[in-house]
Amino acid sequence: MTERVPVRRTAKLFIGGEFPRSESGRSYEIFGEDGRVLAWAARASRKDLREAVRAARAAQPGWAAKTAYNRGQILYRVAELMEGRRAQFEAELADAGAADQAWGVNAAIDRWVWYAGWCDKVHQVLGATNPVAGPYFNFTIPEPTGMVGIVAPPDQPLLGLVSRLAPAIVSGNTAVVLASERAPLPAVSLAEVLATSDVPGGVVNVLTGFTKELVPWLAGHMDVNAIDVTGVPEDMRAEVESLSAENVKRVTRAKAADPFSPEAQSPYEITALMEFKTVWHPMGA
Amino acid sequence: MAKIERQEPQAPERREPVWEYATAPESTDIVRLEDRYGLFVGGEFVEPKSGRYFETINPATEETLAEVAEAGPEDVDLAVSAAREAHERRWRDLPGTERAKYLFRIARMLQERAREFAVLETMDGGKPIKESRDVDLPLAAAHFFYYAGWADKLEYAFPHRRPRPLGVAGQVIPWNFPLLMAAWKLAPALATGNAAVLKPAETTPLTALLLGQVIQEAELPPGVVNIVTGAGETGSNVVTHPDVNKVAFTGSTEVGKIIRRALAGTGKRLTLELGGKAANIVFEDAPLDQAVEGVVNGIFFNQGHVCCAGSRLLVQEPAFEPLLDKLKDRLQTLRVGNPLDKNTDIGAINSRQQLQKIEELVASGVEEGAEMYQPECVLPERGFWFRPTLFTNVSQSHRIAREEIFGPVLSILTFRTPAEAVEKANNTPYGLSAGVWTDKGSRILWMAERMKAGVVWANTFNRFDPTSPFGGYKESGFGREGGLHGLEPYLDFDGDSE
Amino acid sequence: MAFPAEKAELMSQAAEIERRSTTPVRFSAKEAARLVARTTAVDAVGLEERAASLAKRSIKRESKLWALDLAIRCMDLTTLEGSDTPGKIVAMCAKAVRPNPIDSSIPSVAAVCLYPHLVPVAVGQLKGTSVKVASVAGGFPSGLGPLDSRLREVREVVELGAHEVDIVLNRSLFLGGRYAQAFEELVAAREAAGDTHLKVILETGELGSYDRIRQASVLAMAAGADFIKTSTGKITPAATLPAALCMMEAAREFFHETGRRVGVKVAGGIRQSKQAIQYLVLVYETLGAEWMTPDLFRIGASTLLNDVLMQIDKERTGRYQGPDYFTID
Repeated sequence: MTERVPVRRTAKLFIGGEFPRSESGRSYEIFGEDGRVLAWAARASRKDLREAVRAARAAQPGWAAKTAYNRGQILYRVAELMEGRRAQFEAELADAGAADQAWGVNAAIDRWVWYAGWCDKVHQVLGATNPVAGPYFNFTIPEPTGMVGIVAPPDQPLLGLVSRLAPAIVSGNTAVVLASERAPLPAVSLAEVLATSDVPGGVVNVLTGFTKELVPWLAGHMDVNAIDVTGVPEDMRAEVESLSAENVKRVTRAKAADPFSPEAQSPYEITALMEFKTVWHPMGA
Repeated sequence: MAKIERQEPQAPERREPVWEYATAPESTDIVRLEDRYGLFVGGEFVEPKSGRYFETINPATEETLAEVAEAGPEDVDLAVSAAREAHERRWRDLPGTERAKYLFRIARMLQERAREFAVLETMDGGKPIKESRDVDLPLAAAHFFYYAGWADKLEYAFPHRRPRPLGVAGQVIPWNFPLLMAAWKLAPALATGNAAVLKPAETTPLTALLLGQVIQEAELPPGVVNIVTGAGETGSNVVTHPDVNKVAFTGSTEVGKIIRRALAGTGKRLTLELGGKAANIVFEDAPLDQAVEGVVNGIFFNQGHVCCAGSRLLVQEPAFEPLLDKLKDRLQTLRVGNPLDKNTDIGAINSRQQLQKIEELVASGVEEGAEMYQPECVLPERGFWFRPTLFTNVSQSHRIAREEIFGPVLSILTFRTPAEAVEKANNTPYGLSAGVWTDKGSRILWMAERMKAGVVWANTFNRFDPTSPFGGYKESGFGREGGLHGLEPYLDFDGDSE
Repeated sequence: MAFPAEKAELMSQAAEIERRSTTPVRFSAKEAARLVARTTAVDAVGLEERAASLAKRSIKRESKLWALDLAIRCMDLTTLEGSDTPGKIVAMCAKAVRPNPIDSSIPSVAAVCLYPHLVPVAVGQLKGTSVKVASVAGGFPSGLGPLDSRLREVREVVELGAHEVDIVLNRSLFLGGRYAQAFEELVAAREAAGDTHLKVILETGELGSYDRIRQASVLAMAAGADFIKTSTGKITPAATLPAALCMMEAAREFFHETGRRVGVKVAGGIRQSKQAIQYLVLVYETLGAEWMTPDLFRIGASTLLNDVLMQIDKERTGRYQGPDYFTID
């Protein structure tokens, strides 16, 4: 009786709803905790990043135009699909050296559901009608800022990623994610989940590769509205903020260092990537 | 260029239109009716201790659909005990995130079985399948979905107040939106950590009971939701039961007052969603063709069995004749008939009792001197039906302008200035909703500011959403359902005195 | 914004004149401009909801067959390509007269619609049949050439034997607010066409809002158009249900106030029978049974015809059809 030969995985980029290889043709090895090679992942280039930003921008108006209820339902369905892929996520977390994989996957799925439930509520909690001193109806509504770059935390490759990605897209932003360089496979699996869900192509784009190589291009890109620097190495922080000045990007980062802490999920993570618009209208017969 | 002799084409035969919406009935095969339904108590369908059952019929055909248990005082007591036990042992201390996931399940299951529920709702209540399919079901599922998301976010809705559930909620709902009202009651109650005892209306129990089946399949912890069918007496037993902490009632103002008196001094929390006599105000500069749709929708949607129905049309005098002409033309196109026909606009009146009420009030209108208009349409022989009706020459003092008819009857009055419109619209003990039609934004907001109504619709009507709070001023009740505000009635807060 | 009283006053004066004379009422350019300003407001959300709910009307067998038959009888089989040749027109005319060569119960279409250059070919081919020849004219599709050459083109296609003329509204003038001038051009085209059936294309996809579509409808009807038409078919969006509904509501009001029925033609992007039937539902519910005739309702289309033939066969046989069984032309 011969042993069955398993079909090995190729980890590619996720851009515009599709899985291309890097245009540079490069890839790099992903090592497990035990030193063995788990897979080769595509090594994204600045041109891949450019294409990803383009795809995210193109997808943004449509994503933002959906009703909040619709976005909430779509994101809830992502959680349904994540639940179906538990085994794969747990195996990937084990390979990446995570201690309690089941707990990690539970936390990630529940956090995704938590954020999905905010789609049609954040406006009620953090928007306002303002009692101005005059016969005007005045209201403030939060709107998505647009296209967001996310540098995912290098450790906690699933929960850490979910904690940054979910609040970003709940409100109608689209995202380009630079996955953890050392442990990108959970991000790739999440991309596969998104590709088979009702999330339109381009809303989330995932690039695997070398963080230090890609971050400056993301930080300096003039068509990116905001950048989440949670996963940016300490020694690059200043450079990133300086590059962001050119188009006055909003710069955010996780409020809590540990994604397992209760402070790691908050509606303020959603509004950190929103703009507040205030409208005046006279009231007169 | 030579002028070419133009050949006159042979005139084609002019054929008489054969345009009839051939009946397009929705099949009822999808519904599996049982002969007899028990009560849903402690997670199981059980026989009533009372031993009594009553029939529920299809108001379009007068056929009996099923027998339904009548909950007596002992049954209500068992249901409340089951709710109490479930609240304390299996629900109150469950993390909000886990409660949320049960509610998400129920929402998704309602979506999956939407067609089945819609057909059953139409069969039991008489509303057109077009409405149960396109309005009732999507809103019911959305309501569960919206409140599911609040279950683990209450501290953001009420910062610094440490919200806690009240315990057991006793909830009595009406027959005009049976499933949707069940959703409006159960979803916020459960999301906030309460357990519930629900009493559906006696003429429309079936979709609530099917919801009980869904709740069972969702594996909601037993006793968190209990459904006790019955009539007025059952409802009374539910709301006055000493171990119920909170009462929510939707129904007539008359019964609402009775409940208010019954609960006096008991310390029970109460919300009431009662009747209305809404003014739908059309200004001269309104988008008239859309206003016609809004007026028609406002009073004929669900046969006018709507608490927030736009039953008084206040039209600015210069627009009166053009609007009336358009309304009469539009009424000619309304189809009254088999509610299961997908092309039907106006279905059956919910019960013989309600039909008699409508007929009585309409007769009073004629007697008091108003002028009645009804389009010609053939009504089916069996079942309870009423033609869409307009009254002109109506004054504020007429019964048809003051009393809630709860039927497809519109009273039309005129006004001249915005201030007069405000005065007339507010000149009623009710205050549930109002409509304003005008092309001028500032006037919309000026009018909205002055309407003594819990819901104001501008250039639209009968729009509902789980995120949008709904409820009345004055005798239309108090408390809000929907939105962040809909959570508050089901919670206890730090610093609240008993 | 609209002031029904004032508009009704203008309209009833016009109706009075019309009743007393045998020629259609003449508004002055100034009156026409004021008509535009006083047109009934349109709420976009309400209009689109009404169109969507009518689109869900369920039509079953017997009515469906009659509707499909009517769709053919109301169809203007259209080709408006720079590459159109006489050969193409000959084939299209044969299809227009006998859409399904093996089924003689299928009626002819209402008209063929084409460029002026091909009018003589069509006139020759369709002699003795019931199918009319409609020609675009007046600088189609932009309508921005010199006015006198546009008017000359209208006169010429009439002389060539066209039974119907489709011209465009001058959107440059209309969207620029020059209503009186836009009106005068339409009146001039009306005169150039003489008694020939005249359609005015509003190009609803360019107008920007339903208020504008309603205003343009009123302007064209006041100028004496026999039909108002949604689109040239050369841009997207072309015909949409809400745009058509808006025009039908305008036509309904115009009829009530002047007594004259103006027809409505929807054109562009209508490829499936389902869509054709949805437009017929709009006509029935908004304008009534009297408008359910090629004299007052048309669909401009090309590939739609075969889809209708397939649907007719499906209703008759119960089987879904394939395109191989229907000739292209």
